[in-house]
Amino acid sequence: MTFKQMFTSSVGKKLIMGFTGIFLILFLIVHAGLNATIWANDGGLMFNKAGHFMGSNAVPRILEIGLFIGIFLHIYQGYLLTIENRTKRSVGYAVNYSKGSKWYSRSMAILGTLILLFLIAHIYHFWTPSRLGGIGNIKALGTVDHNGVELHNLYAEMDLVFTNPYIVVLYVLACGSLAYHLAHGFQSAFKTIGVHNRRYHALISSIGYGFSILIPLIFALMPISFYFDWIK
Amino acid sequence: MSHKELNLKLKVWRQKNAQTAGAFKTYELNGISDEMSFLEMLDVLNEKLITEGGEPVAFDHDCREGICGMCSLYIDGKPHGPWQANTTCQLHMRAFNDGDTITIEPWRANSFPIVKDLTVDRSAFDRIIQAGGYVSVNTGNAVDGNSLPIEKDKADEAFASAMCIGCGACVAACKNSSAMLFLSAKVSHLALLPQGAPERKSRVLNMVAQMDKEGFGSCTNTGACEAACPKEISIANIARLNKEYIGASLTSE
Repeated sequence: MTFKQMFTSSVGKKLIMGFTGIFLILFLIVHAGLNATIWANDGGLMFNKAGHFMGSNAVPRILEIGLFIGIFLHIYQGYLLTIENRTKRSVGYAVNYSKGSKWYSRSMAILGTLILLFLIAHIYHFWTPSRLGGIGNIKALGTVDHNGVELHNLYAEMDLVFTNPYIVVLYVLACGSLAYHLAHGFQSAFKTIGVHNRRYHALISSIGYGFSILIPLIFALMPISFYFDWIK
Repeated sequence: MSHKELNLKLKVWRQKNAQTAGAFKTYELNGISDEMSFLEMLDVLNEKLITEGGEPVAFDHDCREGICGMCSLYIDGKPHGPWQANTTCQLHMRAFNDGDTITIEPWRANSFPIVKDLTVDRSAFDRIIQAGGYVSVNTGNAVDGNSLPIEKDKADEAFASAMCIGCGACVAACKNSSAMLFLSAKVSHLALLPQGAPERKSRVLNMVAQMDKEGFGSCTNTGACEAACPKEISIANIARLNKEYIGASLTSE
């Protein structure tokens, strides 16, 4: 059996979804942890320093390539599976069977699409000006001086972006989509990679529900904190 | 126990064969005893249709004891009807009320093509079993039952998986028309027993390959299959199938 055969079978395709899903779950922890520095209440100094490190050090820059590959694979494989699975029943039911499963378990593609639309806006708001600012017509970020080191003022950019209530609402809604996507995805990913022991499954399910509430809540509080001027 | 008689409206899917398109046809059926089984109610409908010179409704059934896996029917939006852990043949008319409209559809999946009306071709499951769902060791003479030690928990779990009657309700319930609950029950049943060990790897690889060839979808762990299964096969079997598949595909040549 070749690796190609392994990863293109119905089980193998799901393995790609499961492994990239768990990888993206780990990324969310790093992202939420780093961004939590906005609440240091030091005028954004710690946050800008963290942003500077992530943008200038080779290690996070290399890991970033892995992140983009992971995101791409998860999205590509997700759509591929959704489209493929839809072709398996040409004539649908007159009465749908909805009692046996949760609505968000059946709506992973729609929830994922909402997250993708948010991701495009999010990358446009912060990643592009931070990494590619000044190239062509791309807006460059302002800078602050810290002990002779020029830091991108990402904190001021966040403050600016989140003065727009529509953007704040968009971010909060995206966090809601993420919460439901994780509520199914977290435990499903572990089932997909073969965790079948009841003991572990119960543990993973509980952690998964906690994670899917906590992480999106932390993210949602960021635009809210800026909009309501909760941080100084 | 009080006896009731029901007057029903049945919306039944009628389709001549796999090549022609089908449509719902509505029938009125009066004086149905609530002590009848669902299939007996359909027998009454067919007798009425034959008497009136019409074509009877084709539906699958065999043992009518809930153990053969032959009956199907997607009743009012659930495979095998409204009761839990139950086959259509064991569904009784007391589950319904006088004046109800009951919608009866066949299993819907491209891998289960319609033969006629409510009858679908489930031979795809037979071919998946043929691909490895057996033990091909020479057993010789019958050995003493205690000569091959098996842990009680394992034996119980293998038996719970072996309960699968291959009716296809999991495929019918799944939004992806995935057959993984069925396949995982068959793989788990043998993977848990020492007799299944020699062919453990080739079994899971061949059976998954056959399942994909038959055109079933992929599992997204929604849990609809488990909820609809008349034998309450656990979805944990699918995770075990995944583990078996990862192990076998990574270590095969």
